Amino acid sequence: MVEPGPLRLSFMEQLKRKITANQRGGAAVNEPRFVRVGLIVAVLFFLGVFLVLPLVVVFVEAFKKGIEVYFASVREPNAAAAIWLTLLTALIAVPANIVFGVAAAWAISKFEFPGKSLLVTLIDLPFSVSPVVSGLIYVLLFGLQGWLGPWLAEHDIKLIFAVPGIVLATMFVTFPFVARELIPLMQAQGNEEEVAARVLGAGGWQIFWRVTLPNIKWGLLYGVILCNARAMGEFGAVSVVSGHIRGLTNTIPLHVEILYNEYNSAGAFAMASLLTVLTLVTLALKSLIDWKSKKNTMLSPPWTTQV
Amino acid sequence: MPGFGLTLGFTVVYLSLIVLIPLSAAFLRTFAMSWDQFWATVAGPRALASYRLSLGASLVAAAVNTVMGLMAAWVLVRYKFPGKKLVDALVDLPFALPTAVAGITLTAMFAGNGWLGSYLEPLGIKAAFTQLGVVIALTFIGLPFVIRTVEPVLQDIDPEIEEAAATLGANRWQSWRRVIFPELMPALLTGFALAFARAVGEYGSVVFISGNMPMRTEITPLLIVTKLTQFDYAGATALAIAMLSMSFVLLLVINLLQWWNRARYA
Repeated sequence: MVEPGPLRLSFMEQLKRKITANQRGGAAVNEPRFVRVGLIVAVLFFLGVFLVLPLVVVFVEAFKKGIEVYFASVREPNAAAAIWLTLLTALIAVPANIVFGVAAAWAISKFEFPGKSLLVTLIDLPFSVSPVVSGLIYVLLFGLQGWLGPWLAEHDIKLIFAVPGIVLATMFVTFPFVARELIPLMQAQGNEEEVAARVLGAGGWQIFWRVTLPNIKWGLLYGVILCNARAMGEFGAVSVVSGHIRGLTNTIPLHVEILYNEYNSAGAFAMASLLTVLTLVTLALKSLIDWKSKKNTMLSPPWTTQV
Repeated sequence: MPGFGLTLGFTVVYLSLIVLIPLSAAFLRTFAMSWDQFWATVAGPRALASYRLSLGASLVAAAVNTVMGLMAAWVLVRYKFPGKKLVDALVDLPFALPTAVAGITLTAMFAGNGWLGSYLEPLGIKAAFTQLGVVIALTFIGLPFVIRTVEPVLQDIDPEIEEAAATLGANRWQSWRRVIFPELMPALLTGFALAFARAVGEYGSVVFISGNMPMRTEITPLLIVTKLTQFDYAGATALAIAMLSMSFVLLLVINLLQWWNRARYA
């Protein structure tokens, strides 16, 4: 007598067992339907209030008094000066931090030297300093009451409550962005391709332009757009060093504050909408880079990267 | 490999000029003060009230973000629903949106006559210009941290371990509680610490919605600005040193957490 083994089961019986097995497996590795729907609804409500509604509010408030008021607000001379200063600041601070970020990542990822992990921690420092304190340290250094203040005043150099102070404070708060993005990326990629190029006779700059740069381009771009968004949008640090002189030392975020405190809500939101467009472009580019670079690297915002 | 001297030299010089020298100058400044003077500012009643608010509101906001962030990361990694990609891309909004814009927008939403405030006020909930307003602003700016630290860990969890737990007789809650949650714990703590650290120093988004009443809705960074506008540089410096010390302790904690995180998954 042969026992009826699984192979002898009828086709219908096999199918029935398979279905029950799937159902049981499904219940054990999936949440009940009401939990799933409940979680999705709760999360979408939370993110809706905190992420979607603010975007709607900015544009509705900006156009509340009509399109003419909107364009008058952003074209007014003080607004135009603020836009220009914001662009100028980013145009200096971002390239400076790109050069630094690439140099730091090159030194840290290609060489071994004592104090390396200390250096990485120090590069991170500006992320953990309050924006207000970031501005304050430059006031303490270069302000009239500061260490170098009297000497600077003697030579008629004004850094604080002037454009150079704004640029310096912006450089400080955006300091780690590019480096933080590139260091883990270049460490993960290793040295092999560069060593091969070296063996084939390439010089240092040739290696960088022809081998390293094409490998890190997405990570670099990622760091640059986030660095730029922060540079153009920085408020706390810049507010401390700016002195709020209209038409001279006001960036867009500071101009937003002034208009808002004057109860010119439509004007404040009109200026804010410019920054919001910048933010949306930044996020769109970021998603595009995520998508483009998915195959070879995992990028994450510099705030959450780990070295 | 060439370029060691050039790149390391540039890195160290630039780091010193932009970060290290200005920061140490602030620390050295405090030596110009007497200890009593320093202590009177740092431990004065107004300063203590501001620490309580800054730390308390940051703690509540980071806790809210930890719970909601865990749920959001779970939903974004495990479930399918229309618009998921868009939602995922929007999560980084608080990182990229300038804080001043966040500040005036949240105020417009939560003020008594605002978009949400006009519905909350009849219920007796006053959000803008109260401590609740501070918590709301800090929740907004800390929102992405937990989501972005938990997401990759959740993606890496092998579904087979859940299946194994189920085969061994665990129900869904048990395998979540005993198998998945312990895996997420270091990432959750890291996200919490990052959100908390960011919230403690935050200025731009809070000043608009808080109403800035001394002793009640005045955060520490605002108190520093107030001292500066009164030309009380010594007072501002003392408070800045108090804040810097807090940030450095937090930075240390975060580094330890990330080290723990890596040690688990290495």
